[in-house]
Amino acid sequence: MLAIKNLHARVGEKEILKGIDLTIADGEIHAIMGTNGAGKSTLSNVIVGNPAYEVTEGSITFNGQDLLAMSTEERAHAGIFMSFQAPIEIPGVSMTNFMRAAVNARRKALGKEPLKSTDFLKLMREKRKLVEIDQRLMNRSVNEGFSGGERKRNEIFQMAMLEPTFCILDETDSGLDVDALRIVAEGFNRLRTAETSALVITHYQRLLDYIKPDVVHVLIDGRIVMTDGPELALKIENEGFDWIKNMQ
Amino acid sequence: MGEKNSFVKSVVKKKYEFGFTTDVHTEIIEKGLNEDVVRLISQKKGEPEWLLNFRLEAYRYWQTQQQPSWAHVTLPPIDYQAISYYADPTAKAKNSENKEIDPELMKTFDKLGIPLEERLALSGTAVDAVMDSVSVKTTFKEKLSEKGIIFCSISEAVREHPDLVRKYLGSVVPYRDNYFAALNSAVFSDGSFVYIPKNTRCPMELSTYFRINAMNTGQFERTLIVCDEGSYVSYLEGCTAPMRDENQLHAAIVEIVVMDNAEVKYSTVQNWYPGDSEGRGGVLNLVTKRGHLRGVNSKLSWTQVETGSAITWKYPSCVLSGDNSQAEFYSVAVTNNHQEADTGTKMIHIGKNTKSTIISKGISAGRSQNSYRGLVKVSKNADGARNYSSCDSLLLGSNCGAHTFPYMDIQNNTATVEHEATTSKINEDQLLYCNQRGISTEEAVGLIVNGYAKDVLNKLPMEFAVEAQKLLSVSLEGTVG
Repeated sequence: MLAIKNLHARVGEKEILKGIDLTIADGEIHAIMGTNGAGKSTLSNVIVGNPAYEVTEGSITFNGQDLLAMSTEERAHAGIFMSFQAPIEIPGVSMTNFMRAAVNARRKALGKEPLKSTDFLKLMREKRKLVEIDQRLMNRSVNEGFSGGERKRNEIFQMAMLEPTFCILDETDSGLDVDALRIVAEGFNRLRTAETSALVITHYQRLLDYIKPDVVHVLIDGRIVMTDGPELALKIENEGFDWIKNMQ
Repeated sequence: MGEKNSFVKSVVKKKYEFGFTTDVHTEIIEKGLNEDVVRLISQKKGEPEWLLNFRLEAYRYWQTQQQPSWAHVTLPPIDYQAISYYADPTAKAKNSENKEIDPELMKTFDKLGIPLEERLALSGTAVDAVMDSVSVKTTFKEKLSEKGIIFCSISEAVREHPDLVRKYLGSVVPYRDNYFAALNSAVFSDGSFVYIPKNTRCPMELSTYFRINAMNTGQFERTLIVCDEGSYVSYLEGCTAPMRDENQLHAAIVEIVVMDNAEVKYSTVQNWYPGDSEGRGGVLNLVTKRGHLRGVNSKLSWTQVETGSAITWKYPSCVLSGDNSQAEFYSVAVTNNHQEADTGTKMIHIGKNTKSTIISKGISAGRSQNSYRGLVKVSKNADGARNYSSCDSLLLGSNCGAHTFPYMDIQNNTATVEHEATTSKINEDQLLYCNQRGISTEEAVGLIVNGYAKDVLNKLPMEFAVEAQKLLSVSLEGTVG
C-alpha cells in the first residue's frame, strides 16, 4: 500500500505540490488527471525519488516503509516502477546489458545471486513475447533510434522484467497511436497481478478504456480537488476541467 | 572468460591493488646523470660500441635541450640528478652460481596475474616481463622462434640480433625528436623487441608487462617492433607501479616499422599509479610512440585505454609513407582526482591514397584535466589522403576540465579531412533512468561511460576489452553523487 500524506514539494524556489493526500491499496488502480502544470509529473517524480525535486513537508510510505528516506534505487528494489513519459537514450549500452544490470541489482538487494547468463536470456525471451517487443531492439542501445511507440513498449517490457508491485504510468499514452496504445495497455494488463497497484497519469480518457481505474483523481494547482469513480474520467473527457475549476 | 584475460585483469583489479612493493635485492646505480652513467649502463648491458656512441650522442644532444612546456599539464620540476637510471632486481642471480630467477620476482608477477612459468602462463599470450630496468623473463620464446619470430628483451636483441636492432633502432623516433626521446635514447634500459619475418602471422598475442618497483628510479622503456612484408602481429602492453609519495619518471620510446602488406595492432592498457586523491605521487608518463608505415598497403592501429599516471604526455603517431597505407588511433583517456593527461596522435600522410582514422574519448572527473592534442598533416605529394577525426569529451562533475587541440596542416588539395568534436556532461536524466531501474549511481556511471567508450573498447582484443571495461568503472568510482 502506498500512502501519501500532506505532501509538499518544489523545484528550485517554486512550490508545485501543495498538500497531497492519497492512499492506494494493493491491487487498486488510481488515475490522476489534470491540466498542464498541475503537478502530475512532479508527483510521480517525487514518488520515485528524482533528486531534482525537493520534498518540503509531508510523508510517503510504501508497505510501511518511509519512502522519502530511501534512495531512488532502493525504492526500485522495494517494487516501485515508473514508465517514463520520455524514456531517455543511453548510447552504447545495449538493452540486454542494461536489463542484466537492473535485474541483478534488484536480486542483490534481495540477497539473491545474480542470474546465470542462460537463465537471464531465457527470462528476456519470455518477457519479450509477453509484451510483443522485437528482438532486434534488445541488441540496440537503450532507446536509441526507437520510435515513440517502441519506447513505450520498451518501458512495459522493463516492467515485465522487474515485476514491480507498484507502477506509475506517466503519460504512457502521449505520442502513441491507437494500436500502439492498445498493445502497451494490454501488455500492462497481462502483467498485473491481484497485488499490483498503479498510478496512471493521463490527459485523456482513452488510455482508461484499456486500463480501468478504480478511482479517478483530479489534480489542479498542486492539490487533489476531486476524487470519484471511473465515470469522472468520462465526464472530464466530455466537459473538460473548467467545471471543476469553477467549483473551487 | 577463462585465463586468457588475466593479463589485463592484472592491470585492472579493484581500486589500486598494485601499490605493493617487492622486497628483492636490487642493484641500483648511484643517482645522477652524466656521461659516465651512460657508459656504465651500456657496460652493464655488455653493449657494442655503436650503441654506446648512439647513447652518448643522444645524451649530448639532450644536454642542449630544455624540457618542453607546451603541454596542458603542470609537470613538476624534475631533478634529473636525483634519479637513479639503472635498477636491476635480477642482479643477485647473475652474480651467483644459481641462475634461477629470484622466487620473489616470480611471486610479484604471479600477484600481478602474470605467471611466468609457461605451464601456468596465459594461453595464447606470450609475455615479456620487465621490472625496473631489466627484463625478468620472456615466455614462449622458443615456440615463437620455430616460426622465425623473434620476441625477447631489447637487451637480449642487442646481443643476439645486433644487425636488426642497429638497422631499426632510432629509425622511427630519432633521438633528436624531443627532449624525453633524447633522454630515453641516452639511458634506455629494457623493453621488448619483436621481429615478425615475411609472410608470417604471429600465432599468439605478444605482450609486455612493465612494472616499476625500486624507489627513486626512472624507467626508460624501449620497445621496437618490426613487422616484415605480408605479416601480422597483435601486441599488448600493460603497466603498474607501487604507490609512493614521490613522483616516478617513466620516459619510454616505442618504435614500430610496418612493411609492405603487413599489419600491426598495438593495444595499451595503462594503469600506472595515478597518485593519491590529494595529488601526491604518481607516475610521470612521458612517452614517445610512433609507427612508420613504410610499405604499401601497410596497416597500423594504436588502441589505448589510459587510466593511470599522475601526468600523461603521449601521442602515439603514424607516419604513412607507403601508398594505400592505413592508420588508426583509438583512445579512451580517463582522468580522476588530480590527474592530468595531454594525449592524442599525429597522422603524417606522405604516400598516396593513405587513410587515417582518429577516435578519441576523454573522460574527466574530480579535479583532473584531460586534453586531446592531435595533428593531421597531409604532405604535398600525398594525393587522395583521407582523415576522419572524432574527439569527444565527457565531464563528470564541474571541477574537471576537458580540452581539445586539433592541428591540421594540409598541403595537398585532393585531401579529405573531417573533424568532429563534442563535449558533454553526464546526463542527470540517464542517471535517474538507471536509478529508477534499481541500478546504483556508481554502476550507472560505469555503464554510461562504457557505452560512451564502446567504439574504442570494441577495437581491443576481446579478452582485453572485458577487463578494460571494468577498469573504466573502477577508475571512476565515487565521482558522481
